[in-house]
Amino acid sequence: MSIPFGYVPAEQQMRDKADYARKGIARGRSSVVLQYDNGILLVAHNASRALHKISEIYDRIGFAAVGRYNEFEALRLAGIRYADINGYSYDRADVTGRGLANFYAQQLGMIFTDSIKPFEVEIVVAEVGNTPEEDQIYRLTFDGSVQDEHGAIAMGGQADAVAARLKDHYREGMTLEEALQAALAALTEPGNEPPPTSQLEVAILDRTRPLQRKFLRLTGRRLERLIEAGRKAAEPSGEGGEAATGGPEAQATPPATPPATPPTAPPTAPEGEIDTGSGE
Amino acid sequence: MSPMMLDTGSPSFTEFLSSYAPHLLPWRRGVPAEPVGDQIPHATTIVAATFAGGVVMAGDRRATSGNMISQRDIEKVFRTDEYSCVGIAGTASIGIELARLYCVELEHYEKREGRVLSAEGKANRLATMIRGNLPMAMQGLAVVPMFVAYDPDRGEGRIFSYDVGGGPYEQKNYAAIGSGSIFARGALKKLYRENASAEDTVLVCLQALYDAADDDAATGGPDVYRQIYPVVAVIDEEGFRRLSDEEVEAHVRSLLEGRSQSPDGPHAPLR
Repeated sequence: MSIPFGYVPAEQQMRDKADYARKGIARGRSSVVLQYDNGILLVAHNASRALHKISEIYDRIGFAAVGRYNEFEALRLAGIRYADINGYSYDRADVTGRGLANFYAQQLGMIFTDSIKPFEVEIVVAEVGNTPEEDQIYRLTFDGSVQDEHGAIAMGGQADAVAARLKDHYREGMTLEEALQAALAALTEPGNEPPPTSQLEVAILDRTRPLQRKFLRLTGRRLERLIEAGRKAAEPSGEGGEAATGGPEAQATPPATPPATPPTAPPTAPEGEIDTGSGE
Repeated sequence: MSPMMLDTGSPSFTEFLSSYAPHLLPWRRGVPAEPVGDQIPHATTIVAATFAGGVVMAGDRRATSGNMISQRDIEKVFRTDEYSCVGIAGTASIGIELARLYCVELEHYEKREGRVLSAEGKANRLATMIRGNLPMAMQGLAVVPMFVAYDPDRGEGRIFSYDVGGGPYEQKNYAAIGSGSIFARGALKKLYRENASAEDTVLVCLQALYDAADDDAATGGPDVYRQIYPVVAVIDEEGFRRLSDEEVEAHVRSLLEGRSQSPDGPHAPLR
């Protein structure tokens, strides 16, 4: 039997799709998600005030995304439906971040294998617990692989550079102001100004919030005050030299070509492991 | 692909539910062959009144099945979002389910659209849901809620009542629903003062509920021995707040003190 015209081996097809998706994601701006002492902070560099990259899904569950807007918006809407239908037919307490992450993994996996074009998205599902140990953060990539994360996560364009800066500034048990400073530092390209407040989309899942719904968007004056307080707190402790130390490594990274094959590769790729789930 | 992913058009949870899982809708369960009204617990009196910059809603705690008291501490007033709540009268099971669904409906819209519905939008949405229940209402499973909301655009509280066919009918100043509502409305009419304080308006509502319980067997009065008091909610600029049992108890005790002197309650001036 002859090979049909236009035949592409499955392996090649998957690799092409993965490359395509990764390139799409790398074009956008970054988002970071990090734990702080009273909850989880989600920060996105987003020029639009109306089109969100960060959203509430349910009482304790938030969502952050990078990539193609219409695609992660579809995921966001579906996630809200998933959460609301489960909360309505069972109980509010029965809606979990793990369940939602699995739902997304199914959808993304199916789209990756069945559609011609994969989704060019990377998302984080974050659920705030009663203690930092109970916080759950799941990172999902375009092919439906899930990773169970802890601490701080960066995704989007220049994700590796952002993740490296985030790692430098992040430590466990930070206050909200400190965590916000760390996020800002991570989103600031070396030698450049930090993104203006008007281009920051910031939200928290605050476990101390007395309401059932823990998600809170931080905007306007309140956000400015928090950033200012964090900056003041950082200055006297001699961390003013931060920018200078960030300089040299900066020169190494910025003009470098977009990370075609990032050293710390996304959780799965056709050439890598297929879905570890990382729950083991 | 999951149906949740497809056709993500409508921001209405109820519309989504009607295509995805219609059996979960309170009114899609098939109509009973015979009226079953008296066999199922009923919730009775709800009162509401506006004050300067907000609105109060209060409900008694009794549920009855025919001439039986089926529950003494049922709750009929439900917070539906930051600035609104519903009170239910009529078939308790459907009312509670409707309130729960309505709460998800409002939250679903808010999360999807990133904005809160207008007060009218909320009232109309509830009307549609009640209309859906009309066939059941005809078989004795009627639920007639009352909706109150703080309207941030106007800076005032608003009251909407409904009939079994939907509505909504906006009420000025005060309203009451349920079997004790005739008596409650009489009391509200006499005691209501425009632009009174929130606290005075809470007292007006409690007095009205007392009068309803006084003359209607299906409405329960405050049960001081079991410490079961009406549920009272206040909504203003600050949002929804349910008064604690201690707060309501204090009001109830002063009310009972007054009634021990004058059993028919405070007198409105004749001229």
